[in-house]
Amino acid sequence: MLAIVDYGVGNLFSLRSSLSAIGAEAVMADTPEGLNEADRIILPGVGAFADAAERLKKSGLFDAILKEAAAGKPILGICLGMQLLMEKSYEFGEHGGLGLIKGSVRPISDVIPEGFKIPHIGWNELKFEGHPLFKYIKSGECVYFVHSYYAAGSPSVIAVTDYGAELTASVADKNVMGCQFHPEKSGKTGLNILKSFCEM
Amino acid sequence: MLKKRIIACLDVRDGKVTKGVNFVGNKDIADPVELAEYYSDCGADELVFYDITASSDGRKLFTDVLTKVASKVFIPLTVGGGINSFEDFDRVLKCGADKVSVNSGAIADRTLIRKAAKRYGSQCVVISADVKRHKGEYRVYGRGGRDYTGIDAVEWIKYCVDEGAGEIVLNSIDTDGVRNGFDIEMLNDVCGTAKVPVIASGGAGSAEDFVELFKSVPNADAGLAASIFHYREVAIHELKKLLDKNGIPVRIC
Repeated sequence: MLAIVDYGVGNLFSLRSSLSAIGAEAVMADTPEGLNEADRIILPGVGAFADAAERLKKSGLFDAILKEAAAGKPILGICLGMQLLMEKSYEFGEHGGLGLIKGSVRPISDVIPEGFKIPHIGWNELKFEGHPLFKYIKSGECVYFVHSYYAAGSPSVIAVTDYGAELTASVADKNVMGCQFHPEKSGKTGLNILKSFCEM
Repeated sequence: MLKKRIIACLDVRDGKVTKGVNFVGNKDIADPVELAEYYSDCGADELVFYDITASSDGRKLFTDVLTKVASKVFIPLTVGGGINSFEDFDRVLKCGADKVSVNSGAIADRTLIRKAAKRYGSQCVVISADVKRHKGEYRVYGRGGRDYTGIDAVEWIKYCVDEGAGEIVLNSIDTDGVRNGFDIEMLNDVCGTAKVPVIASGGAGSAEDFVELFKSVPNADAGLAASIFHYREVAIHELKKLLDKNGIPVRIC
């Protein structure tokens, strides 16, 4: 059974529907016990980093995610959920993350040339060399991005996208994975990524 | 490289899809859920649902449609029409919308965009402007093109972006439903230097019109159309092949 971490940020309707479309049964988990019962976990998220990290801590889910990650359960962070996996974020100050993936979250304006709009919104190519998360898709397929920050300086990048500069699209360190883009909004390509995660 | 988007728009009244010419004389066409799935399979990059019902019964039918679409179609969904308050944002986002487009609501309540962007993020707030030439100036119209507001379109869009709107839909009333091409001049004059994504709307009559749009309006990120897709005059996957052949970056799927 798959648990979606429910900590009051973002719209989980589409994520749940997309999982159900690939035949995966997902439950919403807003307690550490809920995560403990699951065999894999998705950490979604939209909005500001600091607020999201605070909500995770208050509900005890922050430590619970660390515990489940250490136990080896597959964990997938999506969008802000991926950014929360990193060590820290520089969005409106400096804030600590889960630290499950090395690297920090920085504004894309640091690296993209002038003339590129922020946020990076729309369909862009996913470029990778190979990872079990991408076993049903080909490098170059498009996925849907909406973000103004990205994961920088990470040795765990497994996919990038080109927006005037190479931006981290996906990270992974063993059982912990993250997608900056929204697989639940990326058509068949996205469903195929979720499918491979559910088979891990 | 970021792709130029092709967006199919569905006007929904009493749970069914309609499309008018110059905003009058709507007639029923098809089941919105079926149509949304069809578009998504054909390679539409995004769908926009405009709620053109006035009654509360119609509004319930609309959110039911939206919920059904969001449980079957996995591309970004934008909702517009009847968005007048913060509560309206909440209502449609809960039913699976990813973005909310405001038009008259933002004219009536000048704080709506700011409030919504603060709560849901700018990526969620789309300003949709119905614009028409009036004595040589671009002016904003309200209520589906019926009300002349006197507001200057260039200033209005700047205001909305400053308030936190994350995308602009520029709909030219002058070319809407005429099917003779997008309003290239208006798009460049009003949105040529916008720093947020620009979606061109109004006037698409053929696949070639989209080629012309992206070649002549460098700042356009997406082209939106309704009737040419509904009546299957232009197939989205064929349109994308044509754009690709013309060197315009699109998602081929």
